[in-house]
Amino acid sequence: MKNWDTQKTSLAERLADGRRYASGKTVEAVDLSIFLQAVIRPGDRVCLEGDNQKQADVLAAALANVDPARVHELHMIQSGVVLPEHLDVFEKGIARKLDYSYSGPQAARIARMLFGGKIELGAIHTYLELFARYFIDLTPQVALIAAVSADKDGNLYTGPNTEDTPTVVEATTFKSGLVVAQVAEIVDRLPRVDIPGDQVHFVVEAKKPFYVEPLFTRDPAAITEIQILTAMLAIKGLYAPYGIRRLNHGIGFSTAAIELLLPTYGQKLGLKGNVCTHWALNPHPTLIPAIESGWVQQIHSFGSEVGMDEYTRARSGIYFTGPDGSLRSNRAFCQIAGLYACDMFIGSTLQIDLHGNSSTVTASRIAGFGGAPNLGSDPRGRRHPSEPWLQAGKEADPEGPAPLRRGRKLVVQIGETFGEKNEPQFVEQLDALALAKKLNLELAPVMIYADDVTHIVTEEGIANLLLCRDKDEREQAIRGVAGYTDVGRRRDAKMVQRLRERGVIHRPEDLDIDPLDADRGLLAAHSIKDLVGWSGGLYAPPSKFRNW
Amino acid sequence: METLSYRHKAKESATGSKRLAIIGVVASGNLEVLVERVLPGTECQVDINTAAEGFGAVWEAVVADFVERRSPGGLKLSINDGGARPDTVALRLAQAVRLIEEDDQ
Amino acid sequence: MSTSKPEAPVVPIIANRKIVSWYEAPARQRVRLVLDSGSFQEFIGPDQREESPHLQVFDLPTQFDDGIIVGRGRIAGAPVFVAAQEGRFMGGAFGEVHGAKLGGLLRAARDVRSIPVLIMFDTGGVRLQEANAGELAVAEIMRALIEARTAGVKVVGLIGGRAGCYGGGGLIAGCCSALAVSEQGRISVSGPEVIETNRGVEEFDSRDRALVWRTMGGKHRRLLGGAEAFVDDTVESFRNIALHLIGAVPGFGPDVLKAEQARLEQRLQRFGLCADAVDIWKAEGVADTEAVPAMAAADFNDLANKAREPRYDAR
Repeated sequence: MKNWDTQKTSLAERLADGRRYASGKTVEAVDLSIFLQAVIRPGDRVCLEGDNQKQADVLAAALANVDPARVHELHMIQSGVVLPEHLDVFEKGIARKLDYSYSGPQAARIARMLFGGKIELGAIHTYLELFARYFIDLTPQVALIAAVSADKDGNLYTGPNTEDTPTVVEATTFKSGLVVAQVAEIVDRLPRVDIPGDQVHFVVEAKKPFYVEPLFTRDPAAITEIQILTAMLAIKGLYAPYGIRRLNHGIGFSTAAIELLLPTYGQKLGLKGNVCTHWALNPHPTLIPAIESGWVQQIHSFGSEVGMDEYTRARSGIYFTGPDGSLRSNRAFCQIAGLYACDMFIGSTLQIDLHGNSSTVTASRIAGFGGAPNLGSDPRGRRHPSEPWLQAGKEADPEGPAPLRRGRKLVVQIGETFGEKNEPQFVEQLDALALAKKLNLELAPVMIYADDVTHIVTEEGIANLLLCRDKDEREQAIRGVAGYTDVGRRRDAKMVQRLRERGVIHRPEDLDIDPLDADRGLLAAHSIKDLVGWSGGLYAPPSKFRNW
Repeated sequence: METLSYRHKAKESATGSKRLAIIGVVASGNLEVLVERVLPGTECQVDINTAAEGFGAVWEAVVADFVERRSPGGLKLSINDGGARPDTVALRLAQAVRLIEEDDQ
Repeated sequence: MSTSKPEAPVVPIIANRKIVSWYEAPARQRVRLVLDSGSFQEFIGPDQREESPHLQVFDLPTQFDDGIIVGRGRIAGAPVFVAAQEGRFMGGAFGEVHGAKLGGLLRAARDVRSIPVLIMFDTGGVRLQEANAGELAVAEIMRALIEARTAGVKVVGLIGGRAGCYGGGGLIAGCCSALAVSEQGRISVSGPEVIETNRGVEEFDSRDRALVWRTMGGKHRRLLGGAEAFVDDTVESFRNIALHLIGAVPGFGPDVLKAEQARLEQRLQRFGLCADAVDIWKAEGVADTEAVPAMAAADFNDLANKAREPRYDAR
């Protein structure tokens, strides 16, 4: 007779084992490793938060200190591999298999460990895809999560950096998994309840806030003239003609430059109210001037950003906030919003090949995917029309009958032809292919596939891939904006000229933009201090950005 | 360090009457361009002293395009380069010509 | 909670290039905009190609002016000698030629006697690659500066660039008749990393930038009396303060030196036991010390003037 209750039975056993180290739901920090040894079984699927920004750092450290003889063969499932402890568990034989999405800070070490066979890789995912698998075939048996505070019933306040937590808890707790939360403090009354206590089994008071990476802050002082030129091209050559109101910006200096040019260059072009009104975006400090100048109606966020709590609290007309006043973010919903409810994604990459495939993988660093493959993809399930979507669809398929024609989301790759350390952005073959061979992967890690990319913007101009009629035109359109890279210098000059005449390639002059006018004087803010000024003192930048 | 030099004949002479202009700073990823109106007719010369070795072909292409687009006849441009990218070089060359063509401030 | 909020920057729809940030401006632009239009004549300009004779050995590129511009011009019609360091070339550091240009300018001023000198500092100190020549140059510059002052020349220092004013630059600044500094400016001899390396991170965490600015930054220097004037980060503010200071500073001689000795002794007596700049500000009667870093220039100057009038007779 089949026993249908094994998961509920297992949960009951783990709860009993865990309660030996707990008082009510509370576990003391000093007992944490022993406690984890008691509740985690060998071979468990464990989700350790590991979000893009916030880290359950106390739980990570405790997990890395369990006895590998008692706890081993764990299958780690997490959005972000960020802390050294996230990889220590593999070094120590506590964990064996890994499924994840993003590994920015650990990109070099994770590459070494993967090549060295220390980690059995399940797959690298985009965030939304990993969340999807939490509900199908990667459901965690134990979730180790991070919250700001808890009450004695285990209700949790996750605050501005709510991020992945509701999604992780939903999948775990409703499939009879165990949920353990670290909080800075246990209080009598929470500002608001983000996760109900029914869904949380144990809480540990870490006595300090969870660690958060300041990922989305770009110092205006570091923005160069060339980045400003690419931003001007994007605004005049894409935002204006397509009428982009709903969008997502990937992080980077070119997009930060766009944000800072809206109140000045964008204003001069008469675009306020017509573009950039609705955003799927974290609280970027560089968007403050545009918000204060009245460009923005609404923003939904994946997470928060260090230093922006008071500002977002004071701008509840723009951001999503709870009844307590603080920001409420949600990565899963914001990723969905970016996929279906935005008409443009624009972001940067490390390499683009002759088809238009783009990748951030190099031979020695594996940064994973994060959210870009999702945000930078054309949502074929979309059905509601909008002007930019219909316009792009028409460019892609001019011959087809209009009522049966799919629209297209604009997926734009923006960046200078040469990147960091003067590495060319345009290559004949992506490093990702060599990596796939080395690691025996079935698929080369491509961030955004060629058939999703609609436009490429460099300092040399804009290539509209929607208007390319075949592979050769596509290749020459890419070469035609690849500047002085080897790829760019090997262009067929005659064909590039024809593409320019057809409007497939726009040079700055074609848009009446003089590269010599791309000057830092155009930025609405020149420094982090200027951003603080724009915010009326509400933005409190982290120490490393201060020069006062 | 590598030294490169290119001599061209431009389509036209540079306008303006200033004898001398300078733009940019020598730093990582940046360069300075000193431009002097000392050559006859439409002759043009670009002399480069660069910290990044082995990029002769790229410099040649950048300089050729610059001469074609900006007609810097009569000008000698001298560069101290701290490893700037080609697009930055093109920008500074264009800025240098604009400066020497401007009326005296 | 401070009542004086940080100001939103003035940003007209098309950025007005006359509102130029000192911090952002290259040295050449600072010189051109501080002086009366068209009045600048450069000495040993870049076309002379007096470049560093040492950097090739290290495979480092040189700059035609070796990172410092010297010459003469006029400010509000009156003649002035000017030197401006380019902080982005080798960190504005002193090398053989760089140092010789500044030393030569000060000797010229000494000999002419009647024309003041403006030094726009933007330096991390002496270039490691030219250490001996650089150190010698700093010593020669200090001597030339004092000789110039003895001859009646006013020497005013302006500080607000990326590199700050460190090392030998800090020493030279200490010899000037007066100093003006903006918020971004820092004045010190040892830099934050050097202090941390030598004294440990508990003593001084160089990554705590708020601490760095409290210890060496423009506002603290003004409150401590290490700088006579604090200005906004605009070329116009620096031009105006330069004019003011050239007019306001008195002569130089043994009496001034004795007064400076007394002033410094008194500073040590009053503040020697203070652990942090905040303690010094409190001792000077600043009520809301937490508000100081974020204060706008005008409000800060009101506060600074109440706490400590600039003393021009004791430097």
